[in-house]
Amino acid sequence: MKTFIGIDLGSTTTKAVVIDERHNVLGRGITNSRSNYDTAAAIAKQEALVAARFHLFRQALGASGALNGALEGFLGQLERDFRLEQFLEQLTDLEQVCERNAASVPEVVAALRTLFGLLKNEAPELFAPGAKRKSDFFRDIAGSRYLALGEQVAKEAGIRYDQLLNAFDRSIIEVENRVYGESTSRHLLAALDRTFKVLPETQKLSTKIRAPIQGVLDTALEETYVVGTGYGRARLPFSKEHIRSEILCHGLGAHVMYPNTATVLDIGGQDTKAIQVDKHGIVESFQMNDRCAAGCGRYLGYIADEMNMGLHELGPLAMKATKTVRINSTCTVFAGAELRDRLALGEKREDIMAGLHRAIILRAMSILARSGGIRNEFTFTGGVAKNEAAVKSLVSLVRENYGEVTLNINPDSIYTGALGGATFAWRAVMEEGKTAEARA
Amino acid sequence: MNTAAAKKAVVKDDAMNLQKEMIAENYHQLARAHQEGKKISATFVPGNLNELLMCFDFVRRLPETDALQNGMRKKSGKMIMDAERDGHSEDVCTYVKSDLGMMLQGEVGPTGEAMPHPDVLLLSYTGCFTFMKWFELVRQKYGCETLMLHVPYQGDGRINPAMRDYVVNQLKDKIIPALERISGVKFDIDRLRSYMRESQKAEEDLVRVLQSAKQRPSPIDGYFGGVYYIGPIFTAFRGTPEATRFYATLRAEIEERVRQGKGPVTPEGEMAEEKYRLVVEGPPNWTSFRDFWKMFYDEGAVVVASTYAKVGGVYDFGFRHDAERPLESLAEYCLGCYTNLNFPQRIDMICKYIDEYQADGLLINSIKSCNSFSAGQLLILREVEKRTGKPAAFIESDLVDPRYFSAANIKNRLESYFQMIKQKRAAAVH
Repeated sequence: MKTFIGIDLGSTTTKAVVIDERHNVLGRGITNSRSNYDTAAAIAKQEALVAARFHLFRQALGASGALNGALEGFLGQLERDFRLEQFLEQLTDLEQVCERNAASVPEVVAALRTLFGLLKNEAPELFAPGAKRKSDFFRDIAGSRYLALGEQVAKEAGIRYDQLLNAFDRSIIEVENRVYGESTSRHLLAALDRTFKVLPETQKLSTKIRAPIQGVLDTALEETYVVGTGYGRARLPFSKEHIRSEILCHGLGAHVMYPNTATVLDIGGQDTKAIQVDKHGIVESFQMNDRCAAGCGRYLGYIADEMNMGLHELGPLAMKATKTVRINSTCTVFAGAELRDRLALGEKREDIMAGLHRAIILRAMSILARSGGIRNEFTFTGGVAKNEAAVKSLVSLVRENYGEVTLNINPDSIYTGALGGATFAWRAVMEEGKTAEARA
Repeated sequence: MNTAAAKKAVVKDDAMNLQKEMIAENYHQLARAHQEGKKISATFVPGNLNELLMCFDFVRRLPETDALQNGMRKKSGKMIMDAERDGHSEDVCTYVKSDLGMMLQGEVGPTGEAMPHPDVLLLSYTGCFTFMKWFELVRQKYGCETLMLHVPYQGDGRINPAMRDYVVNQLKDKIIPALERISGVKFDIDRLRSYMRESQKAEEDLVRVLQSAKQRPSPIDGYFGGVYYIGPIFTAFRGTPEATRFYATLRAEIEERVRQGKGPVTPEGEMAEEKYRLVVEGPPNWTSFRDFWKMFYDEGAVVVASTYAKVGGVYDFGFRHDAERPLESLAEYCLGCYTNLNFPQRIDMICKYIDEYQADGLLINSIKSCNSFSAGQLLILREVEKRTGKPAAFIESDLVDPRYFSAANIKNRLESYFQMIKQKRAAAVH
């Protein structure tokens, strides 16, 4: 079947969206941008295609009625098992690379074997129902568990902890930059076996379940047209015709999500964009932060590091605030200094966090004002739109300055740019009759 | 072709080469001036009284031009840092710091020749307050004579006779006698008239050249190419026969391009396809001038009109130096400078350009360290958008401080802007 793909290469994460001929979103994929855009683009696209498969499974299995009522539970389990299969393959890969890099020191190699044994054993728990992970990216999951278990392993093996850390640091980039494109079907079939074991009641339906799944796996997903956007777009291995500015993609993506969108605010890793679009999703004007990335997503990343917390934990912490500590500086580094200063004065962490989130949004308000203000409806996108404390500040500042405005935030707002890209790809073929150009 | 060879093979049209020679010759004259017993004047581009200074045999120095030449030669970064070390803040105009840094480094000009200090600083005040502070600093350093011609601001958007008389009286009572005293040369109004006749010819040709951009495709780039075209007439050459010859040559060259239907010449050759026609407000960035220009021509964007190409004189709405009314027309020239116009006038001018040059929109390059002219640019942008219905965009950089040119960010915004124009155009067709 024909698919249209948008890839948004951001400074922090790379996102991909796959849509079909009828403009339905089939799948979304995300990965960390590493410092390798080619890999990030390939992996995000592959992830989106995997998600597309799951979407098609849901459709096919739903239509077959095989699971009648147990469909969501089954697919949820299948996806976790699939992730586990993927994780295990990467873990095995990492083990081999670590051993190769540590080959000159037999004690370290032995310790690595013990460590990876433990990691593999506990892996199923990481993907159990309801398990919480700080991140979904291999580097983060494997890295945090490696660090957690490594200390004890090193002690018992009588080697220094940093010898293990060193092996990881030398190996992770190589492993992270591998694309396991051809393994998707294999992982899915292996995951299916796991799922049948976990959900024994589905085992007896296995033939009825396998048939539609195999049918989906046998349907080739043709990459009919791909459009790239985002900071790394110049690095995408396709011609200029396949590349669009992220301003246009965010404007269009927001319009596709909410057709009445008039103003879009996107806060990404390194920039903040305020975009005004017309009723067709066409950009009328835009403003971006200039000269300085103060108040962007990276600011939160830096603060999270300063506080020794995960990025996802900042918003929830700030939501516990009983007051908002005033943080004047949107300069990332100065805000770090203010943060430590307020902590030293005995302010509560959550109250300071609330202040930091408000500082970011204040900066965004000024860029919005520059672009012509907020018009109804107003759509907030980008990684920061996922942060509930940022949203809370935005809601109150918008009300204060512009009165009642419909604020749209899509749970998938991080994919807005990629969705816009996919829509451009769809339009290029379906409306303009273009065909994909040769990709290098 | 290796990169070194590629770098050398920069394409320029004949007039551009001629212009470079003229500017280099002026630096050469400045270097020798004191040895040859000549006096040096320094004055700023907007409101410069070049014909008058020539009447007293001054060799003419223009400090902003020195700064931009140092910027283009990648020398300004160090000069600015030297000036900052000497106590000037990060927020001070970088032309000023580049100039002060150049003096601190031992008074060597952009071409590597000596840059002797001026004998007179003539400030023709046309809207930039910083110019006044700049000359105060230079005066403090060299103890040279300073003359100030006060030009009233066009706050009401027009020049009234009292304003003109006020400037003429200053010229008669203060400026001319002082220049006579400093130079030892007696003022001869007929000599002034003869220079002004030359100015008028050159101005006429310059206007034709700049207005050639109304053609499709435009044979010139009115901003990046424009800065080469305005070079002589905005600096030490207005009123000289060399300038007259230069503009006649340039005009002939451009008219030939029009006849042949050719697009503008870029450093990488002739532009293949004109995709976007823009009006630009604000000076270019000089330290990354070539990179900045490339971001435009790579995308097929031509600047058809720019306010910057009017900074040394607004000629395209009819003003010419007039040999029959020499002092009055010098006064009107100063009063009519772009920097002396109020916001409604600047907005009108930009809207007119967008209309007459059939431009796709307005781009503002706002200068970080220019507090006088960057203020209000967002309002200009909104008003122009509202009146013309054409999309506008805003980027920020600096004149000659290399630290304030973020190529990746500017490129990103420009590409977004061009694609936005394209998308709007496509939508208009549907």
